[in-house]
Amino acid sequence: MWFDERLGISEAIAFLRHKTVPLGGHTVWYYFGGVSLFLFGIQVATGLLLLFYYKPGLDSSYESVQFIVTRVPFGWLMRSLHSWSANLMVFAVFVHMFSVYFLKAYRPPRELTWMSGMALLGLTLTFGFSGYLLPWNELAFFATKVGTDIAAVVPVIGPTMSRLLRGGDDVGGATLTRFFGFHVAMLPAAFSAVLLVHLLLIQRQGMSDTIGAREPSAKGMPFFPGFILRDAILWLGVLAVLLVLCTFSPWELGTKADPFASAPAGIRPEWYFTFVSQSLKYLPAEILGLEGEVVGICTFLAGAVFLLCVPFLDRRAARGQKSPLFTLIGVAIVAFMLTMVALAYLKPY
Amino acid sequence: MRSWEVKVGSGVADDLSRRRLLDVLLSGGLVAFLGAVFYPVARYLTPPKVAEIATSTVVAAKVSEIKPNAGKIFRFGSKPGILVRLPSGEWRAFSAVCTHLQCTVQYRSDLEQIWCPCHNGHFDLSGKNVSGPPPAPLEPYDVNVKGDEVVVSRRA
Repeated sequence: MWFDERLGISEAIAFLRHKTVPLGGHTVWYYFGGVSLFLFGIQVATGLLLLFYYKPGLDSSYESVQFIVTRVPFGWLMRSLHSWSANLMVFAVFVHMFSVYFLKAYRPPRELTWMSGMALLGLTLTFGFSGYLLPWNELAFFATKVGTDIAAVVPVIGPTMSRLLRGGDDVGGATLTRFFGFHVAMLPAAFSAVLLVHLLLIQRQGMSDTIGAREPSAKGMPFFPGFILRDAILWLGVLAVLLVLCTFSPWELGTKADPFASAPAGIRPEWYFTFVSQSLKYLPAEILGLEGEVVGICTFLAGAVFLLCVPFLDRRAARGQKSPLFTLIGVAIVAFMLTMVALAYLKPY
Repeated sequence: MRSWEVKVGSGVADDLSRRRLLDVLLSGGLVAFLGAVFYPVARYLTPPKVAEIATSTVVAAKVSEIKPNAGKIFRFGSKPGILVRLPSGEWRAFSAVCTHLQCTVQYRSDLEQIWCPCHNGHFDLSGKNVSGPPPAPLEPYDVNVKGDEVVVSRRA
């Protein structure tokens, strides 16, 4: 009661009781945003714990992660949880993004929610990319070399961007320091700010109904307690899956990076970047007088801009009509990504 | 007649020009302030050029170390180089940095080619990019055998 008078808890609960989640055949997709949020929470918690032992540096990064997983009690668990939940989080964020895309929930007035979501997807991938280098193992070293060189391919700003990321001309100690700074300070700050905007927009506008349904939905589930309890059950389920993965398939550390060794055969980045790396393998050295990789990277950039701007491009959905063209484009994008990921694992060369 | 013309002489035009002046000064001041904040930050983040000790010659390997139809990565200054002993016994050396996206290449004895596993780029034994995405050949180096030492040097 004392707290309620000062914090207005009952008002917040009344608001959440009032808020509803649309019911119907698509309700299952509404859970993936929450799952992403839950996994982000796990990332923050385990990331903070890893900071107690991790030491960035050419002579200490690999060794400190090795120390964490071999000597620190439950270190293997914390490190595995961090790596596995990062991967599950990327997966959940992708599922969330595509489910919002196919339900056309980006249509007005939710353009900014969609765009802040795209920013969160970009930040999630940047988190993945920067965190991947921190154990300073062989795969991470080459993934970062390739990734930062891809940044250099971007016209005009590319070379400066690549130097800025690497902290020099090559991937080395300076890169490790920078990536550590990005990963544990700048990205969490940026992610939290954008996440706050994203969540506030969702609270303000409520959840989107499918096209054709009357808004606000006549049939809905109260967010509190109905939806949040289901969310909690699902989160516990995700936690159980995570623990099973960590126990039976702890994340590997690999061999320490050696800048003077060949890249190993079968090298590939994390699965969520393989659709880029695998496509780059098929591009010839030259396309229409331009370097193949420049054409490839510019195409991916154009794809990202298309996705970012889709609320403004899909005029039919904006009018509340079905837009099969955009569904088709979405199916093509998903099919392309899945094919490339499958090829990267089944037939890399 | 436009609305502002009515106001001439009433003192409103003076107010408007004063307001405009203040707008220009304030927005100019804001731009200058942001510039003064972000310029040093941007310069700070751009790493300074560190003078590299230019390596022009290096002992890459011992002759006995590499059998015919094999290769070895060696350190050439701050970058990796690749030394290949052809099946005929002849020596070749190149920069080992793939011209595609900077992975480190390796020698494939089964193909008798230099290969980059990152994106499946192939180079022949004169360093020429022969298949896959690499856009340019590998930079060739000179190789001289002095006694048991294989000496690699940058071309002038």
